[in-house]
Amino acid sequence: MRAPSQSDIAAGEVLLAVENVSLSFGGVHAIRDVSFDIRKGEIRAIIGPNGAGKTSMLNVINGFYTPQRGKITFRGQTRSKMRPHDAAAGGIARTFQNVALFRGMSALDNIMAGRTLRMKRGLFWQMLRFGPAMKEEVEHRLRAEEIIDFLHIEHIRKVQVGRLPYGLQKRVELARALAMEPDLLLLDEPMAGMNLEEKEDMSRFILDVNQHFGTTIALIEHDMGVVMDLSDRVVVLDYGRKIADGTPEDVKQDQAVIDAYLGVAH
Amino acid sequence: MDILYKVLIDPFAQMVAAPDLLVQTLWEGLVGGMLYALIALGFVLIFKASGVFNFAQGIMVVFAALTLVGLHTAGLPAFAALALTIVVMFALAWSIERIVLRPLINQPDIILFMATFGLTYFLIGFGELIFGGDPKIMITEELYLPKGRINIPAFGGIVSLQKLDIAAAIIASAMVACLSVFFSKTRIGRALRAVADSHKAALSVGISLEQIWVIVWFAAGLVALVTGIMWGARSDVSFALDVIALKALPVLILGGFTSIPGAIVGGLIVGVGEKIAEFYWGPLIGGGTDSWFAFVIALVFLLFWPHGLFGEKIIERI
Amino acid sequence: MFYREVGQYKTSYASDLAIFPILQDRIGIIVIVIAAYVLGWTANDFVLNAMMIPFLIFTLAAIGLNILTGYTGLLSLGTGAFMGVGAYACYKLTTYFPGVNIIIWIIASGFFSALVGIIFGLPSLRIKGFYLAVATLAAQFFLEWCFIRIPWLYNYNTSAAIEVPSRTLFGIPVTGANATAETRYLIVLTIVIAMTWTASNIVHGRIGRMWMAVRDMDIAAELMGIRLLPTKLLAFAVSSFYCGVAGAMLVFLWYGGAESTVFSINQSFSILFMVIIGGLGSLLGSYFGAALIFMLPIVLRFVPPHLGIPVHAATVEHITFMVVGALIVFFLIVEPHGLARLWQIAKQKLRVWPYPY
Repeated sequence: MRAPSQSDIAAGEVLLAVENVSLSFGGVHAIRDVSFDIRKGEIRAIIGPNGAGKTSMLNVINGFYTPQRGKITFRGQTRSKMRPHDAAAGGIARTFQNVALFRGMSALDNIMAGRTLRMKRGLFWQMLRFGPAMKEEVEHRLRAEEIIDFLHIEHIRKVQVGRLPYGLQKRVELARALAMEPDLLLLDEPMAGMNLEEKEDMSRFILDVNQHFGTTIALIEHDMGVVMDLSDRVVVLDYGRKIADGTPEDVKQDQAVIDAYLGVAH
Repeated sequence: MDILYKVLIDPFAQMVAAPDLLVQTLWEGLVGGMLYALIALGFVLIFKASGVFNFAQGIMVVFAALTLVGLHTAGLPAFAALALTIVVMFALAWSIERIVLRPLINQPDIILFMATFGLTYFLIGFGELIFGGDPKIMITEELYLPKGRINIPAFGGIVSLQKLDIAAAIIASAMVACLSVFFSKTRIGRALRAVADSHKAALSVGISLEQIWVIVWFAAGLVALVTGIMWGARSDVSFALDVIALKALPVLILGGFTSIPGAIVGGLIVGVGEKIAEFYWGPLIGGGTDSWFAFVIALVFLLFWPHGLFGEKIIERI
Repeated sequence: MFYREVGQYKTSYASDLAIFPILQDRIGIIVIVIAAYVLGWTANDFVLNAMMIPFLIFTLAAIGLNILTGYTGLLSLGTGAFMGVGAYACYKLTTYFPGVNIIIWIIASGFFSALVGIIFGLPSLRIKGFYLAVATLAAQFFLEWCFIRIPWLYNYNTSAAIEVPSRTLFGIPVTGANATAETRYLIVLTIVIAMTWTASNIVHGRIGRMWMAVRDMDIAAELMGIRLLPTKLLAFAVSSFYCGVAGAMLVFLWYGGAESTVFSINQSFSILFMVIIGGLGSLLGSYFGAALIFMLPIVLRFVPPHLGIPVHAATVEHITFMVVGALIVFFLIVEPHGLARLWQIAKQKLRVWPYPY
């Protein structure tokens, strides 16, 4: 098993870099020649108007889409594309814009599914559910329970997630991603559709994850207040291009960003 | 080497040596394929408008044919029986919409698919309970369908065509033409296509899903009736067709689930393919290959062209 | 009243992970198992032969299909053929190695089914839903054709059928004409209980979670590091293994001989209906579904005459079709999780009785 999170890269070093990535579907250019990096330990926000290519960017990073051009460097390894499995095995976890939980399973099973990659016992021991398999199951259950405590979802651990309210689903999804003990956590609009109170809770959790586990976080968010409060650095996309990159203060004053958000004609 | 000769060379030598047999086999394949195409057409109509994969289409064919023959046997004149059968098919479409589809709206596709298994079994039991399980003879003459054969001397032999098959081809073509016009030119047809693109969008511009679904299921029922008459005239009317009807599934894989031309071309390819394969290669492995040929072809297609010949490619989004 | 979990505290995660965490459930299961064995010695041949043996065998097949369709979300219409592979494999094995115990071959035949299942499961990487259903139909029709056209499979018997030879265990006839219903029932019961237990263990562990993850949201599963193809193929293999063993038992411990028609598409549908009515993704549901689908025609055949209503055998068959069809639609509409879910609701009601919540 790979040593979790406390890894070979020191804080401040580049954990992941995308260079000159372009992606198109048919004739539609989703991403054009975008480069940026994510440093170890930071909270990196990706913002931009609707259709700017933010979600596509996350999909490229964890290997769901294959970019036509460009390189991705993760933990010092450069490749032209990621494969979803390699991304997961390499320590990239992800939540989705429209919650992508395993709806038929309980919250606990969802979180335990997040530990799949770290569980090793094969079919034989699984069949017996005895000895090593049971020991492993209990061991990972302990880790799952830590995350459940951390996100305060003890009361719903045995509830089928399809029946949970939206806000709690988002939290279970975060829990499932955390169960992977990722080095890099990609959050696609973690606060979409939430009320103010839920947003505050979620912001707190994100900050806690970042500080408590030292997890590097890249997040897409529309709520500018949240972005400015949470993130260390911000990259701004518009029509698939990168138009700004820097600290929240820099980006806020950038003329291109203001134009993009206020809708100046191109 | 002998086996290579038998597989790779001998069948083609036979084709060249007896072109009349080849043409005869091709024709029979086309006629058989037409049946598959018509069943597949019923599938496509329903799938396009409701996203439901109607496994019961094959049984609707039998059910329509049985009703027609049953009503005639009960004493109605042929064309009155035909008219009443059309009414029955409408009633069937309406009940299916009411009882099966409406409560299952917004369920996953696979659930609706499995619901049509239930529909299939219900219709088999219902049809046999009312009309009896024994095979019946289609009322071909009463409906003024031609019979007998035309023998055309050609290709160094005689190619024999059934008049009925020719009539069937003409009627089927006319029906497809009508459906195409209906879909592209009429107001209801355009509404149908709107529903096919997006249920929600259709609802938001005030198209009634219920009505549309009754209409497509009724249209599919009419196609089933025509198919039932054609096919019943060639063999008996009985629920033994349900296994043959399953061959419409590989046809759809070839043609794509949403394309009417795809269903036709796919049906003909499957029909001709399995006849040729059985006639020239079947004897090498003991014959009876037509029970699985279509499915294995579909399997190969699925591996290399998962969207069929005419289907639309869907980009998965998350 | 008696069904309460008050006072039963779980003090370790291991005890919380037990399949039946509630004491009353554990007692209930033990009582049922003991009763099932006692039935073997007390019930008459008719009950064992016409009801219990086939019920248990179909339950095993339903569990197999449930692993594939209910847990992994892959719809298969080839169950009948996979059962057939098990039956024919067992026949060939016991023909070539008559000295080896038949029960070993019945279990081993599952591996042949598993292999065939993997081969026909390969397309599942690229296709799902009804596309996959068509792919499994290819397996169904192709294998059925093999059962008819390859005489080697049925030892060139003139009947074109498997003729089960006499085999013994510790000197007691187990298969063939001399085996008593009692012996066969006890063997079937033991195999089915053991395989239900292993199935339950698998679906409650890591592999079961991987299957359900693929079923519920394959994209998310992939991005969490679950490799889709091996996971799906494993489901095909385990599922076909169960079906294969069920098929071998069907011929060797129930029919005593069978033609290819036993493994037709109708068998596939019948098993699928057991799974749907019992409950997709529930092992207990497989028992309920098998009981309902298998018992329904028997009940329809024997109950009306007792009430003084004469019915023809053909009519019974037609009504069975209608009722089964209607039940499928009914369950899909009202309770997609089938009888198993109704059972759960009943248990929940019992837990809080006499209060409504």
